[in-house]
Amino acid sequence: MRRLLWPVVVLVLLLALNVFFSPGFFSIQVRDGHLYGSLIDILRFGAPLILVSLGMTLVIATGGIDLSVGSVVAISGALACLQISQGASLFTAVALALGLSLVLGAWNGFLVAGIGIQPIIATLILMVAGRGLAQLITDGQIITVNSPAYKVIGGGYWLTVPFGILIVLAVLAVTAFLTRRLALGMLIESVGGNAEASRLAGIRARGIIIMVYAFAALCAGVAGLMISSNVSSADGNNAGLWIELDAILAVVIGGTALSGGRFSLGGTVLGALIIQTLTTTIYSIGVPPETTLLFKALVVTAVCLIQSPSFRAKALRRRGRAAVPGPASEEKVRVSL
Amino acid sequence: MSTLTLGGRTAVPAKYLPVLVTGCLFVAMFAVGGFRYEGFASGQVILNVFIDNAFLLVVAVGMTFVILTGGIDLSVGSVVALSTMISASLMEGPGWPPYLVIPLVLAIGSGLGLVMGYIVHAFDIQPFIVTLAGMFLARGLCYTIGTDSIPIRDPTFTAFAQTRIDLFADLWISPSVVIAVVVVVVAAYVLHYTRFGRSVYAAGGSEQSALLMGLPVGRTKITVYTVSGFCSALGGVLLSFYMLSGYGLHAAGMELDAIAAVVIGGTLLTGGSGFLFGTVLGVLVLGLIQTIIIFEGTLLSWWTKIFIGMLLFVFILLQRLFSARSRR
Amino acid sequence: MDVPVPVLTMRGIGKQFPGVKALDGVDLRLLPGEVHALMGENGAGKSTLIKVLTGVHPADAGTIELAGAPVAFGSPLEAQQAGISTVYQEVNLCTNLSVAENILLGREPRRWGRIDWKRMRARAGELLSRLELSLDVSAPLSTYSLAIQQMVAIARAIDVDARVLILDEPTSSLDADEVLQLFRVMRRLKEEGIAILFVSHFLDQVYEISDRMTILRNGRLVGEFMTERLPQVELVAKMIGQELAALERLHGEAKVFDRPLIEARGLGRAGAIEPFSLTVHEGEVVGLAGLLGSGRTEIARLLFGADHAGTGEITVSGSPASLRTPRAAMTHKIAFCSENRKEDGLIPDLTVRENIILALQATRGWTRPVPREQQDELVGRYIKALKISPPNPEHLVRNLSGGNQQKVVLARWLILEPRLLILDEPTRGIDVGAKTEIQRLVAELSDGGVAVLFISAELEEVLRLSHKVEVLRDRRLVAELPNDEALTSDVLMETIASGGRAE
Repeated sequence: MRRLLWPVVVLVLLLALNVFFSPGFFSIQVRDGHLYGSLIDILRFGAPLILVSLGMTLVIATGGIDLSVGSVVAISGALACLQISQGASLFTAVALALGLSLVLGAWNGFLVAGIGIQPIIATLILMVAGRGLAQLITDGQIITVNSPAYKVIGGGYWLTVPFGILIVLAVLAVTAFLTRRLALGMLIESVGGNAEASRLAGIRARGIIIMVYAFAALCAGVAGLMISSNVSSADGNNAGLWIELDAILAVVIGGTALSGGRFSLGGTVLGALIIQTLTTTIYSIGVPPETTLLFKALVVTAVCLIQSPSFRAKALRRRGRAAVPGPASEEKVRVSL
Repeated sequence: MSTLTLGGRTAVPAKYLPVLVTGCLFVAMFAVGGFRYEGFASGQVILNVFIDNAFLLVVAVGMTFVILTGGIDLSVGSVVALSTMISASLMEGPGWPPYLVIPLVLAIGSGLGLVMGYIVHAFDIQPFIVTLAGMFLARGLCYTIGTDSIPIRDPTFTAFAQTRIDLFADLWISPSVVIAVVVVVVAAYVLHYTRFGRSVYAAGGSEQSALLMGLPVGRTKITVYTVSGFCSALGGVLLSFYMLSGYGLHAAGMELDAIAAVVIGGTLLTGGSGFLFGTVLGVLVLGLIQTIIIFEGTLLSWWTKIFIGMLLFVFILLQRLFSARSRR
Repeated sequence: MDVPVPVLTMRGIGKQFPGVKALDGVDLRLLPGEVHALMGENGAGKSTLIKVLTGVHPADAGTIELAGAPVAFGSPLEAQQAGISTVYQEVNLCTNLSVAENILLGREPRRWGRIDWKRMRARAGELLSRLELSLDVSAPLSTYSLAIQQMVAIARAIDVDARVLILDEPTSSLDADEVLQLFRVMRRLKEEGIAILFVSHFLDQVYEISDRMTILRNGRLVGEFMTERLPQVELVAKMIGQELAALERLHGEAKVFDRPLIEARGLGRAGAIEPFSLTVHEGEVVGLAGLLGSGRTEIARLLFGADHAGTGEITVSGSPASLRTPRAAMTHKIAFCSENRKEDGLIPDLTVRENIILALQATRGWTRPVPREQQDELVGRYIKALKISPPNPEHLVRNLSGGNQQKVVLARWLILEPRLLILDEPTRGIDVGAKTEIQRLVAELSDGGVAVLFISAELEEVLRLSHKVEVLRDRRLVAELPNDEALTSDVLMETIASGGRAE
């Protein structure tokens, strides 16, 4: 749990900062049978990012990365809205959108595990083509839908709680169940931690990797439904734009290393909440909202430097410790003598 | 005594094959366009592709350097936007002259690249993440300068932007094209004829071997990101000629176009293999796709992205096959 | 005798790594125009010595003199500039670049700062013709075979007026013709007066090419010998060494094994191991003896399906079986503890418990987790039985000592209750206590009817545990010897040295 210490500290600090600027920040009220309050808003608006980040966590744990989730968000929302605008039932629309997301994810997984293309590159294809696909579905328009049932997914309430938060909780529970109750998590960590040793232990990595990419795309698909439902429209061009980068950031802040191996779902949720809170904070303390990106840049740099062994070695050396040869420099001249 | 001639499979020099494929693709696309559309098969259509994509070409040149070492630079689009923003705001606000603003912008771009390259090299952090941070930083800086589009009205600047350089037979190009071509030629010379250029290839082929051969791998890596930063800044200057404005939303997603152009141009994303000429072809292919879609009229702009994605897939698959074969 | 002046002299070299004395008072001298073999088993200190010589590691003690002047190199580059060049087993060149560039990279001929490609190709051609090679120097290196790449590496090495050329296992991935070609080049360089330090695990090659050899064992110098005056048996004895205290054999009485478990016929893989036939019976411990690189590990990997066999077939309990993947081998209850537990065995970020149940979980698939109570029971049992310390199942495996890590890997396979357990160097680099425990465990397993294929560099250990010993040399299975009273480590060494040819 020490790994989650820093994310928790950062989140608490951010929240404290908010209270300082707007004392009523923590108050949660029930209005018209709905929960209201800044904290609820953070959860509600952060829900899509949390979902995408959960899928991304598993992908990164296998030592991969998925750049295409943003495009999948757009595609899923576009398809669902198109169906609804053409009079399909809510169920059909959602099933088709999620089905297509799964297929797209499996395609990514196939490129990575089946053909053996580097994950960054394999998912870059869908990242580029997927945007076009989403616009193809919407025919370049912004499709507006007027379906109260569809609106519930992203903007509705159930038992006073925003429906989006419930979806996140459900997906989180399912993910936690699959990975921590069943043995999926251990096998993912094993493949990401040492692929060759996993093979020699009899793990069939291919299926696991395909499944993980499919899962990431499914999460992105749900997030896409949520985003489009929230604004009752689908925008193939801008829905989910750059959400993959935020998701990767959330995963990294949550303590899952980009090199794969151990992952932390709780850490990822914290990471996503930090990013969302950061955005909210910047609004509430009156800094121009556009500077969020600057803060993100600082956070990425700081987190990566802290995770980098050679940075730590250098920082330690500067503090006057004995000059031990850093493991990284050792790696570089690793020759088979 | 007997001299031995061993190994050396006879083949079309395999290293030119990907460029050849892209070249054929370009010619085929041009031919199809010429058959289908009235007025397509003219020299000006190709020149227009250059005129409309001069900035992308310059950015893709920088990206080629980075990708040849096996790295990647996600920050280029944002640095382009930042450059337009800084140029526009300095010329409009305090009214700085262009000959002061442009060198400053180029220095800022190179400086950003230098810092990213240093972090990549010194702390062993994946280029993907470092340049992602750079991307956020540059876009963030854009928005701190201003969230609206700033028009550029500097007389020298606009005069330069509207200059037409007439070639023979009614053909013309813009000064940006000349700049882009100069950049390409200089970069090709550097890659082919200087030690730095060759160590770019060596580092991308095998970083460990390059180190053991005594090449300055660290310096090379830092330099390629600096080059990429410089090219992005220059691309930004060219884009501000083209747009005559500075805007934080300029060049959104240009990093993807640049990467796609480099890959379609036959450069291996794992590094060590590829040519600048391929990148030029890659940019031309992307530009030609857009032109065809404009000529087609009924085909809509999003097909560009789908086509680019499909081309990416085909070329990556080809690369994968090539590398699988040569490993045998 | 007319002794020429050594071009390189290393005296009293010592090197200490945390917890290990890698080199202790080692001397080495190289004469101009000789091929000098550096011999020793794994961990003898050969690679450390080369690293000290070429400036990868500084020496803790001792002196290095090059042509009479004391030197200390800070990096391989400095060593190279002083005339000491190294060619490694894995060719460290950039195969994406042309042959000419690989030879001259970093010192390309230039004119007005621009690389002069014409002169560069000419220069590269000259250097290659010195090695009696004519290649298309503008072709990428990747179009040539490994042997040619090796020669190109040598051409690069000798361009800098090399006085000393170190060839570190240059032949391990070459076929017979390619080796001949390399030797021709080596002889030629020798005539030019270059001193060549040659490291190889192939005894035949060492005897064919080297004039003199220096033997190391456990970081100490055994001695320097003229190759022609040192019989192969003595060489093997000097490399392996003999523990004087004869250990009692764990298998006292000769047992009769009549139920074949695994039979391999003509199993082989090009470049790894020549086709061999081998039968392992139920309850039998089969030892694989041979020097490093003789094909021991390759046999193990083929039997486990870690590599694809090129030829031959396997039957398990009499019926043909296809062992194409580790998973397939596991369904036949075959288990494999690899030699390299860091890279091929452990998942360092997972806990002891997770590492132990990993293979069991893999056989069940991710949907059927091993119930936690069963996990705790199994893990607890094996932590106790194998005395894994600290006995905390939730400890990260990366923080365990080598011996305990080895036991974790062993436990992973034992809970699968294998019928054939393949152990590749299970006792290497672990402390004596753990070693005896693992040996005792092997004997117990065998008594329980489990077949064990036991690989070890220590002949005494092989003799102590095995019912029969398969002897390997230069990637060939050369002899199968029943482990009876007549079989001693001397006999084994004789067999390794002679390749089973002489009696």
